[in-house]
Amino acid sequence: MVCDAWTEKLDAYLDGELPLAEARSLGEHLRGCSACAAESLNRVQQKRAVHAAGQRFTPDPAFRARVQNSIAARKPVRWSRAWFPALAGAMAVLIVGLISIHLNRERRGDQQLLSELADLHVATLASSNPVDVVSTDRHTVKPWFAGKNQISVFIFQERSLGEQASGNTRPEDAVQTALSFNVRSWSHNGLRYFVIGDASAQDLDKLSELMKAAG
Amino acid sequence: VYVPGETLPSGTFEDLAMPHFERLYNFACWLTHDRQEAEDLVQETYVKALKGFSSFQPGTNFRAWIYKILRNTFLTSRTGLKAAATVPIDLEGEDEILPPVKETPESILLQRSDSQLVQQALEQLPVPYREVLLLCEVEEMSYQEISATLAIPMGTVMSRLSRARRALRADVQKMQQKMQGTGAKA
Repeated sequence: MVCDAWTEKLDAYLDGELPLAEARSLGEHLRGCSACAAESLNRVQQKRAVHAAGQRFTPDPAFRARVQNSIAARKPVRWSRAWFPALAGAMAVLIVGLISIHLNRERRGDQQLLSELADLHVATLASSNPVDVVSTDRHTVKPWFAGKNQISVFIFQERSLGEQASGNTRPEDAVQTALSFNVRSWSHNGLRYFVIGDASAQDLDKLSELMKAAG
Repeated sequence: VYVPGETLPSGTFEDLAMPHFERLYNFACWLTHDRQEAEDLVQETYVKALKGFSSFQPGTNFRAWIYKILRNTFLTSRTGLKAAATVPIDLEGEDEILPPVKETPESILLQRSDSQLVQQALEQLPVPYREVLLLCEVEEMSYQEISATLAIPMGTVMSRLSRARRALRADVQKMQQKMQGTGAKA
């Protein structure tokens, strides 16, 4: 049947989805076919009925406001070129921060070692034994206490110090302080020498020079 | 129209999404049959849409995108899962070409029936029929938009729409006959 072929396309025609040429042909057919025209009218009316009946529910304005507020409160972030300068600045701050954390760690490691040396020195001063030999799982410590001079000498195997003394304790010409004691250090034959005491920096230098010369 | 890669003005999501609020709520009510559940569904849809807004391609169809989110959220809800479990068997193979529908004088009554009857008939339709009808007739979406929203091919959109319209018509007729029968007895 000719009309069956047309009515198959009626829905698409009424929904505005039929290609233009076909829509024109169907329109012409509807003008000349009363049965198809009636069918078309039925479907148009059904569409209108559903359109009207379907618009049934209206949201509470308070609910709308609630959703809108929740959206406004958490706007999404979109990446764009406008963010690049801020991002670059943040990266720079991050890098500087990481470097300073690293340096601080080294400094803390050095400070910790010096602090331990000071503690050992104080413990040696308080000890009744003129010579203590202390061993830990981290390093070997061999202090000698020259009671009258109140100076302690500590000798470490350099590999046992590991990362602990990686920075400021390395320079051999610098006199450092720990807990108000002066500290002088140097390396020789895989050993690290520390001289600590409340003698002046010059006296510690003289002593360390003598020890170096003695080998 | 936003050019991809361009900075979107602040509040763009709000500008795009809020105009659909009333219609999304209406659609949600039709899906859930419960106003409280519809509110939860709409709220969740907006939260999800906002969260996933960066994945939305500017310049593409926002309406289809947000309706799709709402529908998927519904389908994974308890009501949605229940509704999906009661899908009629004849939805299977819906891509087949349907024979033309011959209208009877009774069916013409549909168009004169009151809105309440059509609403009842719509409520009784299975979700796949109801949603496709609502998207087409109420939301006035194109077949392409419906296809994107429901994630089904265009051919399926057409055949499902046709079946949905026939089912609706049949339901309205039944209700009218029932009412006429009741009236005659009285």
